[in-house]
Amino acid sequence: MLHRESGTFKTSYAADMALYPLPIARWTVAMIVLLFAVIIPLALDDYYLSILNLVLIAIVGALGLNILVGYTGQISVGHAAFMSVGAYTAANLAVHAHMPFWVTLPAGGMMAALVGAIVGIPSLRIKGLYLAIATLAGQLIIEWIINHTPAISGGAQASIEVPRPTLWGHHMKTQGQLYFFLLFFAALATVATLNLVRSRIGRAFVAIRDQDIAAEIIGVDIYRYKLLSFAISSFYAGVCGVLYTYYLGIANYEQFQINVSIDYLAMIIIGGLGSVLGSIFGAIFVTMLPIVIRLVMEPLAGLFLNEGELSSVVSSVRLVLFGGLIIFFLVIEPEGLNRLWRNIRNYFRVWPFSY
Amino acid sequence: MSKFASYRVQAGAAALGLLALAGTSALAQDKEIVIGLQCDRTGPTQTIGVFLCPGYHDYVALVNSRGGVEGYKIRAMEIDTEYKVPPAVEAHERFKKEGAVLEGLYGTPQTIALTKKLEEDKILGTAPGFGLASSADGKRYPYLFPIAASYWSQATGAVSYIKKQLGGSLKGKKIAYLMYDNPAGKEPLPIFEDLAKMEGFDMRTFAVPAPGVEMGAQVLDITSRYRPDFVITHLFGRSPSVAIKELKGKGFPLSKVIAFVWGSSEADIKAAGGYGAAQGYHTIQFAGVGEDFKVIKDINAMYKAQGKPVPKEQEISVYYNRGVMVAALHLEAVRNAIKAKGGAKPTGEDVRKGMESVKGFTLGGMVPPMVITPEDHEGGGWVQVWTVKGNKLVKDSEWFQAYRDLIKKHLAAK
Repeated sequence: MLHRESGTFKTSYAADMALYPLPIARWTVAMIVLLFAVIIPLALDDYYLSILNLVLIAIVGALGLNILVGYTGQISVGHAAFMSVGAYTAANLAVHAHMPFWVTLPAGGMMAALVGAIVGIPSLRIKGLYLAIATLAGQLIIEWIINHTPAISGGAQASIEVPRPTLWGHHMKTQGQLYFFLLFFAALATVATLNLVRSRIGRAFVAIRDQDIAAEIIGVDIYRYKLLSFAISSFYAGVCGVLYTYYLGIANYEQFQINVSIDYLAMIIIGGLGSVLGSIFGAIFVTMLPIVIRLVMEPLAGLFLNEGELSSVVSSVRLVLFGGLIIFFLVIEPEGLNRLWRNIRNYFRVWPFSY
Repeated sequence: MSKFASYRVQAGAAALGLLALAGTSALAQDKEIVIGLQCDRTGPTQTIGVFLCPGYHDYVALVNSRGGVEGYKIRAMEIDTEYKVPPAVEAHERFKKEGAVLEGLYGTPQTIALTKKLEEDKILGTAPGFGLASSADGKRYPYLFPIAASYWSQATGAVSYIKKQLGGSLKGKKIAYLMYDNPAGKEPLPIFEDLAKMEGFDMRTFAVPAPGVEMGAQVLDITSRYRPDFVITHLFGRSPSVAIKELKGKGFPLSKVIAFVWGSSEADIKAAGGYGAAQGYHTIQFAGVGEDFKVIKDINAMYKAQGKPVPKEQEISVYYNRGVMVAALHLEAVRNAIKAKGGAKPTGEDVRKGMESVKGFTLGGMVPPMVITPEDHEGGGWVQVWTVKGNKLVKDSEWFQAYRDLIKKHLAAK
């Protein structure tokens, strides 16, 4: 049946394990692939692609943070620091060892995972707000180490210029080329997370989040899985940092300060904790909303203001509107945009015969 | 549920409609030149942006009210980046889409992040007081223009000024360097090390961690233990005013203190307790200070003619004038480019050449006598020292540059 399921008629393990049990879901995924891989790069110009590129990078980071905060229930405000670990690892490897991106990218992720697991050690003893402060310390310590170690930071203003990623001899440098580069990794991260959270590891994470003592009693090694969660989450953050580095062509830790960690927390809270789609919605919302608000306001305010007044009014109103919309969406649906989307979808699933 | 859903559909349709409206508004005009300006009016450095950017727009409006640049109207498009990197990337792409020939950057991380993009897109970016000191080297960074004294030039300027103040010799003297503990704070350190060897003075560094509002220990260390002959401060945001208060509170004479360009505005002095509390405090400037300039009077006359009050942003003239200076240099570059093309509309590449031929453009003393060349995008690293005397900042030196050979050596070393 194309549209509506009724009952469970699965006759094989393969059917039970399928990512998309309904035909409509498979069709939707096929359409999304077509949209992102063919239609969008053909239809949009560089400007809109550059916004999408920023969203794609943010998706990878938000997915990583959601694994830790949303699925495992361990709060972290050091996410941006792990990004800088990945960024500097990849930059140093790319510049000093002339490694291509398909080596530096996993290497940056692995280094971030290692550092993340170390920063996550306090999570074995403390939870909640206390853990938040411990990871905050991690953020500041990592920033300090990078700032004060020229061997890592590369000396001048703590920035390392990185060559553009090359594939089969082609430099990827236009927004269109970088779009495919980033789309590949964002898609990979999304599929990997979808599979991770329904694996043994993902179920263990959820068990720890819901009740860690109960999880321990049923045989989940919570020390191992908490550190694993930190490591996987930091791996995503590291990859996100590497993607930033290649996208901008430079690694600089001032792009990964505490306010960025807060931005990513905002993304997953607005999008929906403990959901893959929520991470994506959150990344889109936080990255694009300020831009959309400005694009809408500019022509309206331009009708009765000159250029100088316009900039002052638009940037202030945008901030107020952005904050207001966050509150609005969280009030109508505290569980985030993902839940909002599910509500709408469930409504239309039985439409027009709702009961 | 159903009610909500229909509201959402309507809201979505309205948003789409507005988006379509936004898309059609960007109609390019033949006799119009677009310039992009990044600014921070709502982020962590908004205390600077809210004064600097209006200065920029006022100068552009003044030029437009007189018929524009060589017959072309200037549209200065501003985007607020909140001092974040992703919005800066988006802003750059937007400017590119709107056909900007020139871009004013704002903030060091943003400047660093866009360096490569500017080169690839062949749009020049100006970063006065931001970015890498080594970007003065036009051969290495062809599309990045500091167009103001870098931290290296400020360091040499400060030491040369101190040398004059201390009677012409620094042998055996002690200078404390109170800095913000970030990459920008550490940038002048190699210059100071070389200067200490050349001039025979002793220098010690005192780092203040972010956000820089707590420096009691460092200042006590300076005033009670190290007891320097002079203090150089290089601080940002709220911290310069804290430094003034702390040094004053520990009994250190402010006439033995000189601040780099981001700790040198009227706002810092007011926040530290007003002019009375900051007597003698020296500041390094890369643009003229105060209202005694013809261009400021012209801007005020333009506002009066329109029946509007004089812009209140002029109250912090250090930042307002920097905005005017940046705008003036931008338009001078555009003017050079149009002239070189015989009146045709210039491209980004033409404007870069125009910027590289800026010379002898001082705007009545507001802009230093800089000479921008394809090699030197800093224009010579000119600074002025202004000192708090009575109820205002008073000019203490003419435009000067110092130890250029040392800076050239460091630029070549990279």
